[in-house]
Amino acid sequence: MSAPALVACLECDLLHRQARLPAGGEARCTRCGAHLFRSARPDANELALALALAASILFVAANLFPLLGLEVRGTRSSTTLLDAVRSLWDDEARAVAVLVFVTTMLVPAAELFGLIWVLTALRRGARAWGAVPMLHFIESVKPWGMVEVFVLGVLVSLVKLATIATVEPGVALYSFGALMALIAAAAAAFDAEAAWARLEAIR
Amino acid sequence: MSAAPTTARLGLLACEVCRLVSRAPPPGSDAHCPRCRAALHARKPASLARTWAFLIASMILYVPANTLPIMDTSSLFGTQRDTILSGVAFLWTSGSFVLALLVFFASIVVPLAKMLALVVLAGSVQLRAAWHPRTRTRLYRVIEFAGRWSMLDIYVVTILVALVQVNTLASIHAGPGAAAFGAVVVLTMFAAASFDPRLIWDALGEQP
Repeated sequence: MSAPALVACLECDLLHRQARLPAGGEARCTRCGAHLFRSARPDANELALALALAASILFVAANLFPLLGLEVRGTRSSTTLLDAVRSLWDDEARAVAVLVFVTTMLVPAAELFGLIWVLTALRRGARAWGAVPMLHFIESVKPWGMVEVFVLGVLVSLVKLATIATVEPGVALYSFGALMALIAAAAAAFDAEAAWARLEAIR
Repeated sequence: MSAAPTTARLGLLACEVCRLVSRAPPPGSDAHCPRCRAALHARKPASLARTWAFLIASMILYVPANTLPIMDTSSLFGTQRDTILSGVAFLWTSGSFVLALLVFFASIVVPLAKMLALVVLAGSVQLRAAWHPRTRTRLYRVIEFAGRWSMLDIYVVTILVALVQVNTLASIHAGPGAAAFGAVVVLTMFAAASFDPRLIWDALGEQP
């Protein structure tokens, strides 16, 4: 590694010398204020792996169980996320169905799988097959994972429907709420810099 | 203004994926990050042209997104077609003020503000403006974060269509406005991702 380590601001291109940060500290660009790097705990990626594993269990629950149940004059209906995507598809709203599928299922699943794939191998001191393209992929699809927006959308639908019928929140709604928190926590804990440095050292 | 030490000025390149700073190769050859093999660019390629292209496309689709119905509700009493705005009005008149404000903000304010902000950002870079670079960078950061919340209405339509599909009393179907609105959100996200905020600061360096 070249000393002293340099870090560039990705928003204004200003170059900084990497300074040692106090625990929990964050370095920001002196010119534009953009985030540069954080002081990460030494076991940050262990924590990220644990959170990603917990999130993947909730992901299964969130997709197996119904999101909402509806009762109108004795007729009950409920829907899981996949049912909802399928009914949009059958309703000739195919582009919308694909958009919902990608942002609420495919991207979150890929992100969790990729993180677990790379970090379990790193934990054993190994370099997972395809680790580098996998981390690139995770980085590039991150903005398209929208679980938190989806949770708010389900809550809005719940209130909208409550005016005309009896609505029950399903197990998947709670699972999605917890999944949202765990995905955010895993992403926050993940120390990409440490992962890249270790991947390079193992090569 | 004294020349600030930027990677561009020092003949270095910063990796946008793993953040490693490395020496730029001689001009004409493709640069790759020595650590993560990502393609390196001093600035995002064709940033302004791509930003404008996505932005103009999103503006065109913004018209059908707001004029076509995003949802058709048919019941024994007839069919009701809801656009984004009439959906908000319905929430307001039925007394859900907080929800009406939330949906109004996510579906109307955010997309409009995002498109306007991108016009200001791309326009000011195009004109090599030097005003308030820090504020403009912050504006970019905000729209990059806020754009995703516009997907709210798409998810609401998804849930309503699924739950009230083949009911004896009513059925809800997605309208053509939903696809147009989804496209607006996707295109503005692409526009924001194509824009390179470092261009804002490059104009400053040219000042004497």
